[in-house]
Amino acid sequence: MEEFVLIMRHQDGSKIASPEQMQIWMKQTMDWIGGIAAQNKFVAGTGLLFDDAKVVRHNGVVTNGPFGEIKETIGGYIIVKAESIDEAVEFAKGAPVLQGEGNTIEVRKIAKGDGAH
Amino acid sequence: MEQHELIPHLFRTEYRKIVSVLCKRFGFDQVEIAEDITSETFLTAAQTWPMRGLPQNPAAWLYNVAKNKAKNYLQREGIFKSKITTEITAQTDASVFLENEIDLSLQNINDSQLQMMFAICHPSISAKAQIGLSLRILCGFGIEEIADAFLAGKETINKRLFRAKEKLREAKIKIEFPGSFEIDDRLAPVLRTIYLLFNEGYYSESQNKTVREELCLEAIRLCTMLVENKRTNKPQVNALLSLMYFQASRLEARVNKNGELILYEEQDINLWNVEFITKGGYFLHCSATGEKMSKYHLEAAIAYWNTQKSDTKEKWENILQLYNKLLQLEYSPIAALNRTYALSKANGKQEAIREAEKLDLANNHFYFTLLGELCTDIDNLKAKQHFEKALSLAKTPADKQTIQKKIDNL
Repeated sequence: MEEFVLIMRHQDGSKIASPEQMQIWMKQTMDWIGGIAAQNKFVAGTGLLFDDAKVVRHNGVVTNGPFGEIKETIGGYIIVKAESIDEAVEFAKGAPVLQGEGNTIEVRKIAKGDGAH
Repeated sequence: MEQHELIPHLFRTEYRKIVSVLCKRFGFDQVEIAEDITSETFLTAAQTWPMRGLPQNPAAWLYNVAKNKAKNYLQREGIFKSKITTEITAQTDASVFLENEIDLSLQNINDSQLQMMFAICHPSISAKAQIGLSLRILCGFGIEEIADAFLAGKETINKRLFRAKEKLREAKIKIEFPGSFEIDDRLAPVLRTIYLLFNEGYYSESQNKTVREELCLEAIRLCTMLVENKRTNKPQVNALLSLMYFQASRLEARVNKNGELILYEEQDINLWNVEFITKGGYFLHCSATGEKMSKYHLEAAIAYWNTQKSDTKEKWENILQLYNKLLQLEYSPIAALNRTYALSKANGKQEAIREAEKLDLANNHFYFTLLGELCTDIDNLKAKQHFEKALSLAKTPADKQTIQKKIDNL
C-alpha cells in the first residue's frame, strides 16, 4: 500500500458563494472524506485558510496571497492509502470540489523516507 | 442480597481494593502473594459465613481478615529474613513490619487502586496482557472468565498473565502515579482497558443479565475513580464516563426476560435509565474543556444522539458527521458500518448502498446485515440474499435469531 496526497486547487469559496452554499460544500467534503476513512484509506488532511496568506520568495521577499491564477490556489489536501495511482485517482474523482469548473485535484505519490527519493 | 449472591458480588467490588492495598504495601514484585492472601480471605468468608451467619458489615469483615493474614505473612517473612540474614539489623524485623499498618483507609484504598491501574496498564506489556491483568486483578475475574472473554484456552491465559507479571517485575514497576507530563500517554491504555471491560459486559454473549450489568458498572466505577481524583480528572476521562453512562442507560431495555437481545428500534423507552442519561449529559459537559478532541468525545456525542429516540434529520446528520470524524481519528469496522447506516438515514439509501459496496468487510456478518437493511424495500430479493449470507456467517444464536427475523419481515 502506498500513500498519495490529493492536492485540491480551487477558488476561495467564501468569495463566490453564500454561507449556506459553503455549508453544503463543507458537508459534502466531510462525507467524501468520511467515505475514504470508512474504507480505512484515510491518513491525514486539512483545509488551508485563504485569509492572511503569504508567499515567501527568493531573497526574503514576502508578498500577500492570492497567488497568480486564482483557481490554482491550494485550498486543502488529504493523504490517502491506495494500492495504485489509479485507486488514488478514483478517490479524487469523488471530491465535491470538482463540481466547480476549473478546479483541479493533483494526485502525487508520497516519497517514502527511505533515501530512494 | 442473598448470601450466595453476596460473596460473588463482594468479590467483584472488594477483591481489587484489597489486592491493590496489599500489593502497594508489599511491592509489585510480590503481587502473587497479595492475590493469594486476598483469595484466601474470600475463601475464609465462604467457609465461615454459612456457619456463623453474615457479619454486620461484610466488607469491613473482609478487610479485617485480609489485614490479619497480611500481618501474619509479614511477620513470618520478617522472622525468616532476620533469622537467615545476619546483616539485617534488629529494626527491620517483625516489629517494624507490624508497625507499618496495612492501611485500609478509604483514601489509601482509592489511591492504591488507581496506582494499580497505571501499573497494570504499563506500556512495557502488550494491550492484551494489560486487559487480562486488569480483569484478573482489578475486576477479580477467574482465569476461565478471562479465557472466555478472549476466546482463548485457560492455559494460554495463565501463561500470558504469568509472563506479563514477570515483565512488570523486570521493568521494576512501582505502584505510584505517573508524573504529570506523562499522564495523558499513560491514561490512554488505562481508558482503553476500562472501555473494553465495559464492552465486555455490554456485548457479552452471556445470558446472565446480572453478570453483564456488573461488568458495565465495574467499568463505570473504575472510570469514576479516575474522575474523582484531581490528577486524572481529564477531559477524555470525563468523555469516556459520559459515553458509558449513555450506553448503560439502555442496559435494562435491550435484553428481554429470556436474555434475548432487543434491537434499538424495538426498545421500550420507559425502560431507559433517565438517571444514567442525565449523568451522561453531565460528564459530557465536564469533558468539553481543553483543546484535544479524543475519540471518546466523539463516541460520547454519538451516544448522546442515540438517547434521542425520534428519527429526525438533525439527529442523523449529526451522527454521520461524528462518525466521519471518528473514522479519521481511528478506523474500526464497526464504526465504518455504523457510519454507512447513518449515511443512509441522512443522505438516502442509494448513496449508502454505493458506499457500502466499497467497504472490504466480506467476512463480517454485520456487513451483510447492513446491506440487507439498505436493500430492503428497494430490492427485496437482493436484501434476502444479503441476509442469508449474513445468516451463514453469524456465529451466536442471538445474532442468527435477529437476522432470521429480518428475513421473515421482508
